[in-house]
Amino acid sequence: MSTQTPKQTDESSETDAETEVPSKGDERRDEKRRRAAEERARRQAEEAEKAAADEETVELKVFRYDPEIEGKQEPRFDTFHVPFTKGMTVLDALMYSRDTYDSSLTFRHSCRQAVCGSDAMFVNGGQKLACKTQISELEEPIRVEPLPHADVEKDLVVDLEHFYDQMEAVEPYFQTNEYPDGELEEQRQTRENREKIKMSTRCIWCSACMSSCNIAAGDNEYLGPAAINKAYRFAMDDREGEEIKQKRLEIIEQEHGVWRCQTQFSCTEVCPKDIPLTEHIQELKREAVKNNLKFW
Amino acid sequence: MHEHDVIVVGAGGAGLRAAIAAQEAGADVAIVSKLHPVRSHTGAAEGGINAALRDADSWEDHAYDTMKGSDYLGDAPAVEALCQESPEEVIQLEHWGMPFSREEDGRVSQRPFGGLSFPRTTYAGAETGHQMLHTMYEQVVKRGITVYDEWHVMELAVTDEDDPADRTCHGVVAYDIQSGEVSGFRAENGVILATGGMGQVFDHTTNAVANTGDGVAMAYRAGVPMEDMEFIQFHPTTLPSTGVLISEGVRGEGGILYNEDGERFMFEHGYANNDGELASRDVVSRAELTEVNEGRGIEDEYVHLDMRHLGEERILDRLENILHLAEDFEGADGLTEPMPVKPGQHYAMGGIETNEFGETVIGGLYAAGECACASVHGANRLGGNALPELIVFGKRAGRHAAGEEMGEAEVTTGKQGDWEPTDYEFEVEVGETGGQGPAAADGGAVATDPDGVLKTEVERAKARVEELLARKGRNHAEIRSKVQQTMTANVNVFREEGRLEETLGDLREAREAYKDVAVSDPSRTFNTDLIHTMETRNILDIAEALTMGALAREEFRGAHWRKEHQERKDENWLKHTLISWNDGEPELWYKPTILEGENKTYEPKNRSY
Repeated sequence: MSTQTPKQTDESSETDAETEVPSKGDERRDEKRRRAAEERARRQAEEAEKAAADEETVELKVFRYDPEIEGKQEPRFDTFHVPFTKGMTVLDALMYSRDTYDSSLTFRHSCRQAVCGSDAMFVNGGQKLACKTQISELEEPIRVEPLPHADVEKDLVVDLEHFYDQMEAVEPYFQTNEYPDGELEEQRQTRENREKIKMSTRCIWCSACMSSCNIAAGDNEYLGPAAINKAYRFAMDDREGEEIKQKRLEIIEQEHGVWRCQTQFSCTEVCPKDIPLTEHIQELKREAVKNNLKFW
Repeated sequence: MHEHDVIVVGAGGAGLRAAIAAQEAGADVAIVSKLHPVRSHTGAAEGGINAALRDADSWEDHAYDTMKGSDYLGDAPAVEALCQESPEEVIQLEHWGMPFSREEDGRVSQRPFGGLSFPRTTYAGAETGHQMLHTMYEQVVKRGITVYDEWHVMELAVTDEDDPADRTCHGVVAYDIQSGEVSGFRAENGVILATGGMGQVFDHTTNAVANTGDGVAMAYRAGVPMEDMEFIQFHPTTLPSTGVLISEGVRGEGGILYNEDGERFMFEHGYANNDGELASRDVVSRAELTEVNEGRGIEDEYVHLDMRHLGEERILDRLENILHLAEDFEGADGLTEPMPVKPGQHYAMGGIETNEFGETVIGGLYAAGECACASVHGANRLGGNALPELIVFGKRAGRHAAGEEMGEAEVTTGKQGDWEPTDYEFEVEVGETGGQGPAAADGGAVATDPDGVLKTEVERAKARVEELLARKGRNHAEIRSKVQQTMTANVNVFREEGRLEETLGDLREAREAYKDVAVSDPSRTFNTDLIHTMETRNILDIAEALTMGALAREEFRGAHWRKEHQERKDENWLKHTLISWNDGEPELWYKPTILEGENKTYEPKNRSY
């Protein structure tokens, strides 16, 4: 799998124009950049030396790219040596590297507990949530890359717009034509039905599944496992009723919908919330077939 | 420049609910958030939403429990609004499809929670916040509400009259994390701050890395007082190594706390002879630390939370998420062994001073959710009362900002009525003179023109970004880390005068260090170094106000324990702490708590569980 960095386009000409007539501020910034690069090189040399003397460190090779910074426009890998502590996760190691060695190291993260879905990355060749991946379970050196099959914005940050667009393409909101009469009355739902949709509601939109999917990689319009799972979450929810379910099946049956899935199970394997994505897609296929037979 | 009727800052539970309500009231609303909505920390809430849904329960009982839990520092009009409106809001969530846990008859389940006189906590497994956040974001998508995600709001655009009560907020200035663009967002009707918690002021917290109290600090610098900042909830059951939260639901379902000697200390050492593990959170946190301090902790650090006796079936049905968290973040198997837990910073009871409609003292500026203080939680928040606050007060603020008529507020804002100054003198200098003034003008004249105010603020923000990027200096991370360490060491569950003063000294040093802060990443693309550096300024302002409030409050109330003052002193302290930025010279003052409700007065009683 390849990591995609956006092609350099004419958009960069604006910065070029500026550098032709450098202002004082630009000069200062250039100087600062140069010094920062030197400083970084020095620190990394020191750090490597220290690491050699100390066995309790882990070695990370981290993908670096920045479309506007000299020396980072061509993707490269930087090596960081991080003192190992018990229970350390890949996210911990990245935060340590950033806060100790290079504050420009960039990655999304927030909750640190596998619920915000910000820090899906490609770790030693697999899609993982950095915050719930233990260093002790990985082979060294640990390669940390941005999610494949998405444009890299910078370092480990990828553009998620396409993923969000697909999520929103399945009418990802509850719909029903019948609400209970009473003012403070809830809709009834059986425990079995809630159980049926439970796993599908656990999606944290990390996009690991989308990144792992070969079909999504080749067909940009394919809804992808997460969006289909979102559709499943509603289609299987009895509270929505039959009529809405019909509409949902039509959405997921479209050309770039469930039938594109070739049951390779890669999405299921990488899902950090253990959602049986492939099964959900298969079940929707069966529902769609049953539904179509009804009208014959 | 972007223009909308209502701008909501933050996209967690309160922000999303505010946006939906404002839109339903006819406003053109936009959300500006430094995270994509589904990344918000509401998603980490586990336990549930308190709502008096059943005939055997009543909003009055919920209000009584909440006032008692607040140690009589909640304001009754806000507390009663919370309890009256929570049921309809919970049903609204259900009607939007939220997958609540269910009873045999298909109705929404409820479970017992600490400090509640009735099992009124509705929930969706141990992932209630996740389900709530996603359900509301679905409604935002359905309504086509504009979301500017990954835009970090830097400052508010507020006029600069001398008295904050005369000022007006006309919008916000935000930095596009993806492109580095600084842009103004003009709000015709109002700005609603819904920026959540400030847990990053501490280093052992259940809060997300993004929870840096941005809204509180911004409002503070614009002239809105911070209220009751010294009241910080330390949750009794967080995982020792990471601070990850283990839901109160575990104790609600029957989980038991043990010390190293295998004693069920909540009873055996008399901390809460009636309610045991289900006493209020402040009580349980102090009990745990007392056990550790008296040598009965495990590894001198934590205690055990045991849920094995609940049985695999019940655990999987109601607490499955807890098994994953304990396994992934502490390597403990909750089905076969007790889980290690200790208190961790969890929630800020205080925040931006608002009334029960979310209005602040500055015209057109609102706040809702954890960043706000109405106050519904007073000195201690009950488990299960945070999520209803988000939806009840998010909705109220959204409707009010959109121009709906909602009547007269009973909770006051700013220096009205019976406010009182303090004679407390701090040994250490606080604040920051010579820093940024309250509002837009920097040259004498009072700036009141909305577009002019916004434009000036945008220019100032741009200059700030350029300055941080251009100069050479210290990295913010060491400053932030020092603040977090001193706060956790000294402004924790147990507080002593000398150490609080020492902390103000540490914070003074941190402020000095911050004057030399610089961003070493020169990039305009996704410069998180820059964002974190700006956040650290917010952390500094909040840490200082929090410590000031804690020093001056010489009593023991709710979550605020003072070694030298071991009792609640109602004769002097039935009042809220307010701290005004006052152009860089923080001013401490007080206003009385409102104990008079709709039909009754909540007489302060001895709080035992």
